Amino acid sequence: MNTPVPAARTPRKRPQSNFTLILGACIVGFWLVMAILGPMIAPHPPGQVVDLDVFSPISSRFPLGSDYLGRDILSRMLVAARYTVAIALIATVVAAACGIFCGLVAASGGWPDAILSKLFDTVNAIPSLMFGLVVIASLGASTTVLIGTLALVYTPGAFRTARALALNVTALDFVTVARARGERLPYIVLREILPNVLGPLAADFGLRFVFVTLLLSGLSFLGLGVQPPNADLGALVRENIAGLGFGASAVLVPAFAIASLTIGMNLLIDAASARRQGGSR
Amino acid sequence: MRLVARRIGGALLTLFLVSLAVFSISLLMGGDAAEAILGQSATPEALAGLRAAMHLDQPSYTRYLAWAGGLLRGHLGTSLITGLPIADMIGPRLASSLQLAGLAALVSVPVALALGIIAAVKRGSMLDRAISMATIAVVSVPEFLIATVAVLIFAVTLHWLPALSSSRDIYSITDLVRVFAMPVMTLACVVVAQMIRMTRAAVCDALDSSYVEAARLKGVSPSRLVLRHALPNAIGPIANAIALSLSILLGGVIVIEVIFNYPGIARLMVDAVSTRDLPLIQTVAMIFSATYLLLVTIADIVAILSNPRLRHR
Repeated sequence: MNTPVPAARTPRKRPQSNFTLILGACIVGFWLVMAILGPMIAPHPPGQVVDLDVFSPISSRFPLGSDYLGRDILSRMLVAARYTVAIALIATVVAAACGIFCGLVAASGGWPDAILSKLFDTVNAIPSLMFGLVVIASLGASTTVLIGTLALVYTPGAFRTARALALNVTALDFVTVARARGERLPYIVLREILPNVLGPLAADFGLRFVFVTLLLSGLSFLGLGVQPPNADLGALVRENIAGLGFGASAVLVPAFAIASLTIGMNLLIDAASARRQGGSR
Repeated sequence: MRLVARRIGGALLTLFLVSLAVFSISLLMGGDAAEAILGQSATPEALAGLRAAMHLDQPSYTRYLAWAGGLLRGHLGTSLITGLPIADMIGPRLASSLQLAGLAALVSVPVALALGIIAAVKRGSMLDRAISMATIAVVSVPEFLIATVAVLIFAVTLHWLPALSSSRDIYSITDLVRVFAMPVMTLACVVVAQMIRMTRAAVCDALDSSYVEAARLKGVSPSRLVLRHALPNAIGPIANAIALSLSILLGGVIVIEVIFNYPGIARLMVDAVSTRDLPLIQTVAMIFSATYLLLVTIADIVAILSNPRLRHR
């Protein structure tokens, strides 16, 4: 009785899923390109005061207005986007690599599983923003500390996903067959298990990138992230928060830029996983 | 019952590991508290004297035992910067943070449960799609964006509410509403979105199961189907969803208190970080982690008690 329903719905959903896929990919791609090219196409040096007025609105001279010191927001945005995307991307890669490695090790069971699970439970039990505050209070706010903290906070999530996925696959017949064939553990993990969990892991990676971006922006917004004179998107919001009272573009544009990046990534993940599930059926 | 005891034991073990982690992270700090207090021009004798007075000359494990033992007996230590007992500094702040979080929870839990269940029951409808889109948008946006947009609309454009809140000048119910409206709304917004998504998933799972299918074929009315057949089995996952969302509230409260200049415990923490007041930071971090573990453990226990198969083990 349940089967006809998804079958009937699939043809109608296909074009919509394609649309969100392309939209999400475009937004994420746009920010990636901006992170790479941004500083080269910036019209002004990001730290230079170029406007006599402060918080001036959008004009032909300053396409996104100017900030609390009279600096060009467009130029600052282009540099800030690179900080946000690069830091979040590196932290996510580190978190995913550590999480997947530990997850695959833990999936083979025994005492490594017990120790790793308890360890990551502990990290998880400290609220993430709180954890960031403690680490940065102790070590100071530098880009390295920032990346390390972000990666550490989101390793447990990647660990859990990888472990659960690997446990599911390990129970399947072809792994038993490989084991019976006498293959070594690295071969089984890399050639038998990993290719079968790559799709869900990619979705998890995207989701973790969203979380990392949000936490990084939150930390920067509290003044604990990227330190002046440099600024990421969250720090731009913090700098210009005084302009909120009269709706200055200097505070709104960076805030919505973060939102567009994270929403775009979410759209991409949703559409991609919907498509993968549709394809397997 | 044994299962419940094991969960509580596990939570206590995690709390112990958290305290170890928090303590050892603060050991990593370059320099020590005595240098921070006396400054660079302090004589070595003065430094040594202060270190002895603060027990900093003892090995780290005795200091950990002293600190953890103090926490257990309610001696939270004194702040490095103000010299006041931490318990006195935290007390009123904690109360006002709990007020804020409590109000947000009170608003968000019923709304989220209702919308989540409706979305699951009317799966695939326009309403469900609209709710899904809205929750995805809210979940993937930083808290401070929601807060700034709320300030922009309600304080700057419409002049309905004050942009800053402090619980000091409250003389009537309307004052109370005006002060709390925006922080609570912003906080609730974030939590509700998360909770709707998880509740919807839990109820959808229950509705997909074969016993609900059987009940449907038996001709049970739709409302009875949801309330009597599906919901009791979704209580565990829903309790889990509530606990996890409320733990998001713990993080959200930090940003919200800073934006609205609300005198709560999270702002105390942020200020402590900028002055590097480690005893205060450690204590507040422990309070947050303990609260999180409490929420998760309660959800676990509710899940066990609501499931007859686990209850009688």
